[in-house]
Amino acid sequence: MIYSDKVMDHFSNPRNVGVLPDADGVGQVGNPVCGDMMAFYIKVKDNRLTDIKFQTFGCGAAIAVSSIVSEMAMGKTLKEAMAITNDRVAEELGGLPKNKLHCSNLGADALHEAIKDYQSKSQAGAREAAVAASPTHDVHDESCSCPYCDGPLEGREEVCSCHHCDIELMECPECGKYTNKAEETCVSCGAKIVK
Amino acid sequence: MKRVYLDHIAATPLHPDALEAMLPFLRERFGNPQSIHSDGQVVLEAVEEAREKVGDLINASAGEILFTASGSEANNMAVKGLALASRTRGTHLIFSAVEHLSVLNAAKSLEKSGFRATLVPVDKTGLVDPRDVEKALTKETTLVSVMLANSEVGTIEPIAEIAKICRARNVLVHTDAVAAAGNIPVDVKALGLDALSLAGDQFYGPKGGAALFLKKGTRILPLIDGGIQEGGRRGGTENVAAIVGLGKAAEIALARMGERMKKVRALSDMLIEGLPKKIDHCVLTGHRENRLPHHASFCIEFIEGEAMLLSLDMKGIAASSGSACTSKALKASHVLLAMGMDHALAQGSIVFSSLESTSAEDIDYLLGVFPPIIDRLRKMSPLYTKFLEEKKK
Repeated sequence: MIYSDKVMDHFSNPRNVGVLPDADGVGQVGNPVCGDMMAFYIKVKDNRLTDIKFQTFGCGAAIAVSSIVSEMAMGKTLKEAMAITNDRVAEELGGLPKNKLHCSNLGADALHEAIKDYQSKSQAGAREAAVAASPTHDVHDESCSCPYCDGPLEGREEVCSCHHCDIELMECPECGKYTNKAEETCVSCGAKIVK
Repeated sequence: MKRVYLDHIAATPLHPDALEAMLPFLRERFGNPQSIHSDGQVVLEAVEEAREKVGDLINASAGEILFTASGSEANNMAVKGLALASRTRGTHLIFSAVEHLSVLNAAKSLEKSGFRATLVPVDKTGLVDPRDVEKALTKETTLVSVMLANSEVGTIEPIAEIAKICRARNVLVHTDAVAAAGNIPVDVKALGLDALSLAGDQFYGPKGGAALFLKKGTRILPLIDGGIQEGGRRGGTENVAAIVGLGKAAEIALARMGERMKKVRALSDMLIEGLPKKIDHCVLTGHRENRLPHHASFCIEFIEGEAMLLSLDMKGIAASSGSACTSKALKASHVLLAMGMDHALAQGSIVFSSLESTSAEDIDYLLGVFPPIIDRLRKMSPLYTKFLEEKKK
């Protein structure tokens, strides 16, 4: 199997699926171009997450990640929830295949966006602005994935970075594919990289 | 649990007679077919007999068949080998936008060494318009490669017309028939082809047994330089058992073609007619009539392919998808995008392809278990929720 038992459990019986119509915060990340999209809805009382619901368009890993993130964050303070990292999410699921690790980024990100949404609304005191205008990430198409981990790339300029591998990438002038800026040669075509 | 295998396009089971034919060559008949002694010669005879049978399958002569290890290798050999051998005549190549990656990436590789490639578009059913190929031809064009049938959407391309146009302009024509050969009648003479790729694992032969048809007298540059095997065009000791298995599978495929096609077409029709009745926002991908008989492919809106495959697998059903999540590169299928489908819809790609042994009960079982799977995933999908809200307004 490509997935751990825990991933399959959360995929088959996801916890906290749904929408909160009166959510205090909404976070939405991802887009169908790269495969996954997640929406998190939160209720907050006394600085704690009292209810969490999510919806996910995506693969088995994306669904399992959303489910476990909702479980990990339930009842936690906002600060504790903000401290949930993608690494912890993947660990909690008993690991994810390398090319699905970016799904764990998305899950934590969607939750964090919902918390930020709540915070900005409560600061502005403008609750009525609710559900509308939730932040979405940049759309990236062709050059979606990092050549090392297959995770999504931040930005799509000639030089960009992979959040997950924590490396700077550049387009190889020879083959046009992204490669590690720090290396001597291109990972795809082997051409010497002139900096 | 009951297993229903509907992933013919990924692999077919080995026919028992092909296995039987192969076994001696994994045991006592181990000789090298290039050896002069009788241990070698008896094996050579089997290889040549297989060559004859593969030729018969596509109406080619035995001398026009080169054995390769995979369909991808045959495609690489055709595209690179033919382009490089005709380099002095020109460096322009034409492909369709929906070719297999073993053709498209071979083309990309050639572009790095000075070739120019044009991709002709397809319509929303995946069909290439031969007039587009004609328009793309230049004085520099030496090779056109368009697949016979697409494994992802099942569409059968108008190869005979394309080949006719190319022949008139003295341009070589290759077709990737990996998904088609052994499953539908293929006649290289009637189609007017210079080269054709096929693979045994698509018609109940073994993995590792594939072939390139190369019309007599066509120049090609080898990918693997070496000895005298395959007439000096592919070095390396022959994978004898796989070749013999491929030959046997080709013989059976030719004999049972009509019967097999009739059977699997009825199953595909059940799905193509039945599924959209049970599921709303479910569209057939590919051409309704010009399609592989064992092939039924759809895009299910608002949900993603891998989640469907995992859920079906839990119910014992094996299928395929072209969604970004099922590909390691996390990119949506280039085939569906070339057909003008948007990314979100392309993510809901699902392909069911039947075997000879698939029964109507199997399809009924699928038609029963699939709609609840879709309901469950849609209830989780933010895109579906958004759609329902907009519908209310």
